[in-house]
Amino acid sequence: MSAFTTLVARDIRLAARSGGGAALALGFFALVATLVPLGIGADLNVLARVAGGVLWVGAVLAALLSLDRLFQGDYEDGSLDVIALSPLSLESVSLAKMLAHFLSTGLPLTLVSPLLALLFNLPAPATLTLFLSLLIGTPAVSAVGAIGASLTLSLKRGGLILPLLILPLLAPAVIFGSGAVSATLMGQSAMGGGDGLWLLLAFSAAACLLSPFAAAASVRLNLSS
Amino acid sequence: MQFLFRYANPGQFMRLSSVLLPFTAIAAALLLALGLFLGFTVPPDYQQGMTVTIMFIHVPAAIVAEGCYGLIAVLSLMALVWRHPLSDVMARAAAPLGALFTALGLITGSLWGRPMWGTYWVWDARLTSFLLLLFLYLGYLALWNAIEDETKAARAAAILALIGAVNLPIIVYSVEWWNTLHQGESIVSGKLAPVFLWPLLTMMAAYGFLFLTLWMIRVRTEIISRRAHSLMLSGALMPRGGL
Repeated sequence: MSAFTTLVARDIRLAARSGGGAALALGFFALVATLVPLGIGADLNVLARVAGGVLWVGAVLAALLSLDRLFQGDYEDGSLDVIALSPLSLESVSLAKMLAHFLSTGLPLTLVSPLLALLFNLPAPATLTLFLSLLIGTPAVSAVGAIGASLTLSLKRGGLILPLLILPLLAPAVIFGSGAVSATLMGQSAMGGGDGLWLLLAFSAAACLLSPFAAAASVRLNLSS
Repeated sequence: MQFLFRYANPGQFMRLSSVLLPFTAIAAALLLALGLFLGFTVPPDYQQGMTVTIMFIHVPAAIVAEGCYGLIAVLSLMALVWRHPLSDVMARAAAPLGALFTALGLITGSLWGRPMWGTYWVWDARLTSFLLLLFLYLGYLALWNAIEDETKAARAAAILALIGAVNLPIIVYSVEWWNTLHQGESIVSGKLAPVFLWPLLTMMAAYGFLFLTLWMIRVRTEIISRRAHSLMLSGALMPRGGL
């Protein structure tokens, strides 16, 4: 196994076993989806209309929960120094961590989203669009989130400042993702989503491509001195 | 570039700014007085009535707020590439001003929206992207304050500012794609009547000088406080009565 896949596998194992990560994010996501109908009423038509937005916002917030530990744990126990000394460049390390975060958080969230969409009475074509948009969009959440995580990795209470840093940057993902769901709901395009999915794909690709460099730069500055 | 490097020296900046500061301060005060006078004596707009005067306070604030983020991004790039300590100081000094002008733009915009759109807040494209801009400023300031080590804080904030600058056009585009209600730009395209244009241009110049003045004062304060800090440190190292 190459160093890259080893690192990805290690991070996924850590996320799965250390009681954080995936399971908690899923629980949070499901709870948001349960509380929103309690808050806005049980009118199924209204719920279907807001489902795309609510589930998208819920998924982003759920993914955020485990983001602050992305680099922090490794920084505190010194393993980040060891990883930095490995032949793997810090850019690849950042990419591996983003990938592991997506596989352990974004992907499970995407997989349960059709189930939660059922609770919101979302029609099948719109549910498919929601599923696709989360599949395309959650990598961007992990990628942009990794920048925030690397900027705040030395902070004791980094988790508090992280949302302030990255949520404004993720606004386009939420807009394109939930916009695609609304477009399908209103029957604007046959194969769901219209422009939204393509724009989301573009945003996600750009984020995944550029974020490793930004994250590596800020890991480097935190490791120096 | 050589020109920039010469003034990147804090000592040079202190000398230059002490000469410039009175002029920019007086220019800001005079232009502000003139702009407000012109602004409050314009004839009522045929559609908007007297609320059009809000424009003279609102539009310049919005332009300064946007320009300030661009300024921070450029300074951050210079700080990351050439490691000028002064660029960091200048970027940090500009950020609270930018946040303030963004907030001013939002508040005046919402006060203008009440008579025009019948509500204080609409989720219109430009208002929404301005709200997000305010959050970008707040995040930038929060990161500066959260990291104790000054040099690390400076570089982390610079990285964040650059990411924000790359992302800002995408945010603006996405929000526009999402919803558009705000009236389009009407200054460059010549749709604004001259009677409104002159007070607006005067106010823009006034806000520009006001920003420049406040900014220079903040940078000077920061440089002086750093000097005081290093003097205190060297004083602590000296034997008693040595300094």
